[in-house]
Amino acid sequence: MTSSFPEEVLEHVFSFITSHKDRNVVSLVCKSWYEIERWCRRRVFIGNCYAVSPEIMIRRFPEVRAVELKGKPHFADFNLVPEGWGGYFYPWIVEMAKAYPLLEEIKLKRMVVSDEGLEMIGRSFRCFKVLILSSCEGFSTDGLAAIAANCRNLRELDLRESEVEDLSGHWLSHFPDACTSLESLNMSCLSSEVSLSALQRLVARSPKLKTLRLNRAVPLEKLSTLLLRAPQLVEMGTGAYSADIHSDVYSSLAAAFSKCKELKSLSGFWDVDPYYLPVFYSVCSRLTFLNLSYATIQSPDVSKIISQCPNLQRLWVLDYIEDSGLNTLSLSCKDLRELRVFPSDPFIADANVSLTEQGLVAVSEGCPKLQSVLYFCRQMSNSALITIANNRPNLTCFRLCILEPRAPDYLTFEPLDTGFGAIVDQCKGLQRLSLSGLLTDRVFEYIGKHAKKLEMLSIAFAGDSDLGLHHVLSGCDSLRKLEIRDCPFGDKALLANVSKLETMRSLWMSSCAVSLGACKLLSRKMPRLNVEVIDEQGDLDSRPDNCAVEKLYIYRTVAGPRLDTPSFIQTMGQNTAYRLP
Amino acid sequence: MDLINFEATELRLGLPGSKDDQTETKAIPSPVNNKRSSPEMDSSVSDENDSSRSPPPTKAQVVGWPPVRSYRKNIIQAKKTETIYIKVSMDGAPYLRKVDLKLYTSYEELMKGLQGMFKCNIGLYSEKEGYKSEFAPTYEDKDGDWMLVGDVPFDMFLTSCKRLRIMKSCEVIES
Repeated sequence: MTSSFPEEVLEHVFSFITSHKDRNVVSLVCKSWYEIERWCRRRVFIGNCYAVSPEIMIRRFPEVRAVELKGKPHFADFNLVPEGWGGYFYPWIVEMAKAYPLLEEIKLKRMVVSDEGLEMIGRSFRCFKVLILSSCEGFSTDGLAAIAANCRNLRELDLRESEVEDLSGHWLSHFPDACTSLESLNMSCLSSEVSLSALQRLVARSPKLKTLRLNRAVPLEKLSTLLLRAPQLVEMGTGAYSADIHSDVYSSLAAAFSKCKELKSLSGFWDVDPYYLPVFYSVCSRLTFLNLSYATIQSPDVSKIISQCPNLQRLWVLDYIEDSGLNTLSLSCKDLRELRVFPSDPFIADANVSLTEQGLVAVSEGCPKLQSVLYFCRQMSNSALITIANNRPNLTCFRLCILEPRAPDYLTFEPLDTGFGAIVDQCKGLQRLSLSGLLTDRVFEYIGKHAKKLEMLSIAFAGDSDLGLHHVLSGCDSLRKLEIRDCPFGDKALLANVSKLETMRSLWMSSCAVSLGACKLLSRKMPRLNVEVIDEQGDLDSRPDNCAVEKLYIYRTVAGPRLDTPSFIQTMGQNTAYRLP
Repeated sequence: MDLINFEATELRLGLPGSKDDQTETKAIPSPVNNKRSSPEMDSSVSDENDSSRSPPPTKAQVVGWPPVRSYRKNIIQAKKTETIYIKVSMDGAPYLRKVDLKLYTSYEELMKGLQGMFKCNIGLYSEKEGYKSEFAPTYEDKDGDWMLVGDVPFDMFLTSCKRLRIMKSCEVIES
């Protein structure tokens, strides 16, 4: 098909196509569209930094303005991925600094970022605007100082949940007086105190500031002066939420909050003193997101807040909310889309709070728009899961964590197969699922049969045999990410579904029953997969083929085996002589 | 496809994963003892292997389970060593004070602290006669009742005390 449109017209049309999936499809239509599209692509998303190399990205997309990269596997969040695994940002920044002088945005997740890398960002991109470091590590506040000092037009600096070597709070003072472009600052993961006067001045000279998430070290007494300088804030995270009881502090906080007419999102709330909770009641009616997951306040206080938030769409909270608070939620917040309930004390044997499956059932009944659930609890039943599934067929994300591994239905002592089966059967649009409790191969039969839109599946302490894994790999048509730990899944299922693995981003298996020989065989059959065996005992070369591997990470790639594997990772199919020591 | 075979789907009694002669390789070594990435792992893990049938009294910690980010764990632990500040009023005093109950391990220490704070003498507690001084320390418990300090064990007092009031003895109603 020859296009009768001049290139400029096609480019203009393509500029309205922003979704990565759509742009990828556009590029496959014909050679000329591929060429035009690649020159006008401005945003690139790379879900696995080892699936492609910086050189390949730059060669194909020469005019990029925004890059998003993800590094470590998701289970790294729970310490299952050893230190030194990889996910280094440096090789990327070195190439991007040369190739993309007009780069504006970098977003990284679970990557290792160094101060040198951050300094390079500051030096290399005169238009740099947005830096988002999500769950990253490897850098210190010195690197942040370099960003603050050198990025003249910085719009967004978001360090969400990163592990930063906190040398001092001095980095904040490196923002030049001339910098007035800041719209979003999230420093909630830092522990050091920043200079409050520097923070106040920064806030005062940033008229477009919409998001300000403070760290725990910012005292509550100072919050009102910050809020008064930024009444236009839309998203705000407090610091520590307690102070000596003082009616002056109380009234100035209440007054400051009442001036924030645009405030829709609140977070922070470390060390809450309930005395100060009412100060933000005036903004509750406008709140759409409330993160109380650090607030160790009891159920009546939580209920009091929630009952005043009729427009709440997302709630993150500790299990102190209890079933009674969730009941209040189900009655008060009819617009709720997302609920996350975190455990306050996951390591004690008995429940410290009265939170059961009933709370979740109540929310599923009362909140018709509920789509996304993350729920930690100590007991679950098939009947509750079936009720939830019937109430909420519109669920897209369902992550249930019953704290005790392999816990059965607490009423019948049966596995929870039928309960989760109902979830995948009813919720036809389910994209993400995390399983827990006692589960046999049967649940995987249901998942393979019904979960056709499922993209990400997390499995732990479940299943009986390879049949379970086989059901998933052969049945889940949309599966992109699969992560498995402590399940009796072995070679058979993996080797029977080799081509499936190339349609997925990645597969993680740890403490399963996959043999070294199967890994080698898989790698030979599928040259475009990196089959990485992680083994910290150190003598993989001398092990027999039938021994089980500790951990396995398999992903598709066009960049070949990676060159930065540490000594405890071996990519199968590679001549060991070429590996770095 | 020889995966769809009878053995895999037959009903059995017993925990899943407890039979592993189907595969040559060893079944799950659970929990995983991973030295490098398990800073939270404690020595009670080995107990889980020995008493796999009966539930352990305290939870044996498995690496990475439950799946909670480490910064969330720290918040919760911080709560445990928190202070317990309660208000203290004394009859006749112009303003209230606040005291951290966590600083004290016994009634004697608490009384010493209060006596220092309010410059008064409360005296010793006796089960039969209460306090032999012009003052009697009382506290409001979880039910909202005003109780004499000293009747219950100190630990129990710590969990139920919501505020303190040092009353003048002439106001104390003898039961």
